[in-house]
Amino acid sequence: MQEFLQLIVTGLVIGSVYALVAMGFALIYKSTSIINFAQGEFVLLGGYICWWFYTSLGVPVVPAFLATMAIAVLMGLVLERVMLRPMIGEPIISVIMITIALATVLKALVTILWGTQIQVFTPAIFSQDAIKFGPVLVSEVYLWTFGFAFLFLGVFAAFFKFTRVGISMRAVADDQQVAQSMGISVKRVFAISWSIGALVSAVGGILVGNINGINIALADFGLKVFPAVILGGLDSIPGAIIGGLTIGILENIMGSYLDIYLGGGVKEIAPFIVLIVILMIKPYGLFGIKEIERV
Amino acid sequence: MPLLEVNNIEVIYDDVILVLKGMSLEVEEGQIVAVLGANGAGKTTTLKAISGLLKTEEGEVTDGEIVFDGEKINGLEAENIVKKGVFQVMEGRRVFEDLTAKENLVAAAHTQKCSRSELDERIDAVYSYFPRLKERENGLAGYLSGGEQQMLVIGRGMMAKPKLMMLDEPSLGLSPLLVSEIFEIIVKLNKEIGTTILLVEQNARMALNIADHGYIMENGKIVLDDTTEKLKNNEDVKRFYLGMTDMGTKRSYRDVKHYKRRKRWLT
Repeated sequence: MQEFLQLIVTGLVIGSVYALVAMGFALIYKSTSIINFAQGEFVLLGGYICWWFYTSLGVPVVPAFLATMAIAVLMGLVLERVMLRPMIGEPIISVIMITIALATVLKALVTILWGTQIQVFTPAIFSQDAIKFGPVLVSEVYLWTFGFAFLFLGVFAAFFKFTRVGISMRAVADDQQVAQSMGISVKRVFAISWSIGALVSAVGGILVGNINGINIALADFGLKVFPAVILGGLDSIPGAIIGGLTIGILENIMGSYLDIYLGGGVKEIAPFIVLIVILMIKPYGLFGIKEIERV
Repeated sequence: MPLLEVNNIEVIYDDVILVLKGMSLEVEEGQIVAVLGANGAGKTTTLKAISGLLKTEEGEVTDGEIVFDGEKINGLEAENIVKKGVFQVMEGRRVFEDLTAKENLVAAAHTQKCSRSELDERIDAVYSYFPRLKERENGLAGYLSGGEQQMLVIGRGMMAKPKLMMLDEPSLGLSPLLVSEIFEIIVKLNKEIGTTILLVEQNARMALNIADHGYIMENGKIVLDDTTEKLKNNEDVKRFYLGMTDMGTKRSYRDVKHYKRRKRWLT
């Protein structure tokens, strides 16, 4: 029982980062209908940039963090302006291909700049000391990760619910033409979506980088958003969050209990088994209701 | 000088389909102007040409010009036209279904640089015209009834405080009682707030009753225009749009066959 609780807690922490990245993915999909295959590379780049500032250049942690966020936002804006805006009106499949190419280019760029060695944040930002919560042990870095992930999720949830820009973004996701008829600039909303998508991924990269260290495999972490968003429903932001948490817990539990029978590695494939099953039985995911049926 | 002047415009969709062929109309400030016509006459296209939404549908104004408030507006982006004070309430009650009624109103004030408190005041003003929206302000707009959705889309128009509000078939699919309620509110909007209204309608009787001036459109151009008083007494309008026959005579099938010929404006 204690082991089970422990698995749930650590799963929840990693899941909260999945949730954060998945939210960025769902946001881009919802407002621009583009499936962004470079989401994982945003995570990778975020982790590396922050590490570079902090460990290589010796910038203190808070400015390093803020600078990474600023660069991520800028990168989102530039990518949208240079690569994606000219593609407005072109077939969606072409745009998706562009994101695949982008993913490869970004990955190569990271390898050129920083090599393929595992890098760790030194000195460690958060301590690894364990804190006891009843029967469960949680290390401090996990607590911080969980806290930050939820802070960002909360901030963006409030942003979409209460600010006028957030509401206009949801309006564009709902009906682009009507949104334009009220003077909402769809292009601007696209740009904001991409920059938020890049921002939350970069934060995800920093958080995970602090736990596991950073190398090129961090991009695969980004791939886990696919099971998360498919589970939650591609176009649902709350769905992405719940999907992320669920995938985090599931992979942890399945990994731990099934590895002994299957010889290891279950943790890596578990999310994708969930993805296949969900697509077969519930293609719109748990929350991805296509349209409201008025009665 | 009229508030809106559409001069001889030509609209082409997809580079080949000519929809408007020399369409002209004028709207004086403070008026309610109605555009009537059959399906496919080009009424909605005219509104989209004015609001700039044509661009989102591969349509283009290829000739003529649209002047609003003394400025040429064809060619501008839709968002800039909204900022100048033209607001199109689109056909078919297209509410943002996943947003609440109140959020729909907030989104509509997007171009307005107003403070939170002024935004709330405007929302209250909309509620004073449509008290039913207040009751449902936190419900998802997708679940509102058809009448409530029509109120909501007109309310969205009010949020932008436009000089010219263009309404595309506000009576579509509503019960007669609701239609007259909606039309009363359109008149109130015009009289109390002073919004100039350009109304596109199939419900000719209602439209001619509230409008000052009417245009009859066919095949992409205006075939008749006059004050609504005169239009209501025009034999052809009576026959083709108001469904009235010559007193006491029963319409025979032979007359029906000669419909087209009797339209004397089609010379």
